[in-house]
Amino acid sequence: MRLAEQDLQHAVLVDSYKSPPTQGLIAIARFFEKTLVIAELEARKLRHDPTELLMRAIQPALWLLVFGEVFTRTHVIPTGSLSYLDFLAPGILAQSVLFVAIFYGIAVIWERDLGIVHKFLASPIPRTAIVLGKALSASLRAVSQMVIIYALAWLLGVRLNWHPLALCGVLAVVILSAALFSTLSLIIACVVKTRERFMGIGQVLTMPLFFASSAIYPASIMPLWLQAVAHANPLTYEVDALRALMLTGGASSFGLVADFSVLLVAVAIMVMIGGKLYPRVAT
Amino acid sequence: MEDNRAVNPPVLETLSLTRRFGERTAVDSLTVSVQRGEVFGLLGPNGAGKTTTLKMLTTLLPPTSGKARIAGFDIVEQSADVRRVIGYVPQLLSADGTLTGYENLLVFAKLYDIPRKEREARISGALTFMGLRDAAHEVVRTYSGGMIRRLEIAQSLLHRPRMLFLDEPTLGLDPLARRMVWSHIEKLRADYGTTVLLTTHFMDEADSLCDRVAIMHLGKVVVIGTPAELKASLNGNGKTMDDVFVHYAGGTSELEGDYGETRRTRLTARRLG
Repeated sequence: MRLAEQDLQHAVLVDSYKSPPTQGLIAIARFFEKTLVIAELEARKLRHDPTELLMRAIQPALWLLVFGEVFTRTHVIPTGSLSYLDFLAPGILAQSVLFVAIFYGIAVIWERDLGIVHKFLASPIPRTAIVLGKALSASLRAVSQMVIIYALAWLLGVRLNWHPLALCGVLAVVILSAALFSTLSLIIACVVKTRERFMGIGQVLTMPLFFASSAIYPASIMPLWLQAVAHANPLTYEVDALRALMLTGGASSFGLVADFSVLLVAVAIMVMIGGKLYPRVAT
Repeated sequence: MEDNRAVNPPVLETLSLTRRFGERTAVDSLTVSVQRGEVFGLLGPNGAGKTTTLKMLTTLLPPTSGKARIAGFDIVEQSADVRRVIGYVPQLLSADGTLTGYENLLVFAKLYDIPRKEREARISGALTFMGLRDAAHEVVRTYSGGMIRRLEIAQSLLHRPRMLFLDEPTLGLDPLARRMVWSHIEKLRADYGTTVLLTTHFMDEADSLCDRVAIMHLGKVVVIGTPAELKASLNGNGKTMDDVFVHYAGGTSELEGDYGETRRTRLTARRLG
């Protein structure tokens, strides 16, 4: 009975088939709806297996506890009015966001090997919605890191700014940065296509991004050529915004508007490139 | 015949569809048409061009030359429309192991714009249809290979595709699970009139499931017909589809299929087995 009903419904649906309206606001709404479904898919996976998130917290914890505690005693790095540990905490948050995001491409290659990518690509979801949805799921992982690092920093006595607006600002920076670096990672995965090459490039890329930024020392003590690199590195702007928003008495050296603009524009460009390259993974 | 075609245009029609990879021609001037409700089998040894054909028809890979239309939509010019009317179950494992069967279906129902009101009914219909009702809320990692395949087929049916592509649907399954998948594909045609194109290199599958088959060899279709016609085309009585396959794809199949393809096939077999 049920099947007969469905059969009838099927015939009606097929005959009255039309492409859904794809104009203006509806198209945009649908685009973001799809993006969120992709992110929801990843969130559901995390809910079924959250151990990954805890494992991820070990590395930033070590940086803060060991590296931070040692260097805060030496006073060799000029950090202005901030203690070194205060100076370091936003840098470590940025680092942890980077590490969560930059190996995200490996999941893309894994899904390609499984056939999941093929199924998504043969469905009517816009490619850029898949890419942005995946980026947001990396953001979700990054936000969990933010919670852990705030807890650690608070325990170590970092002077955190708990103002709700400041917290929202930090949240926005974390979400944008994770989206940025995970999409960069996705792009690399689409180009190199194999796990081995991806791991190689991932390693090579992470260290320069991290050390050529103001994450663990101010750009002002760098040699000039490295300062130039640091100014082209989006991680520097991420750290700059985090330092201003996360700490009491923190200040931005580029201005928050500049920081956010750099991150937003970079995300938009990366998602666009990612949407173009993503279908290449399947071929 | 001409009149019949005008009233009932084929769901799938290809014209000299060709794909080259550098020097190698993976699919060479493929011209076939598949009618509504037909189960059409694409047969051939590894490397014959079956998977490349499927990738072109599902818009994953642009053809080098030639044309193809699905439900009237051109696979290159109207690829977005094509994606809306097809369902695709890749050869490899494509269900998400960390989610439950229900969640796998829910996500796809949302991605295919199935209205909120209809979602639950469609999902529970698909689960019942594929015999997965009891396992709906268990994580897919705990499913057997046959259950995963049935879930993947259920997933590809949620939006009621006009054409369903199945790439080696029973590869790596034990005989019992294979028969179960077959009976569900048959039910699909009986109950929904779904048009199916499947690839396989199991001759018994082609024989019992397909209305018509095309045997591919080195990128070319060497023969098309019903299994009965093909068997009758050979001299002598009691010929099986295996004989047909050997006759048409003959002898050189050891040369086909590269390392990557063999690796993929084995991986699939291991994951599902």
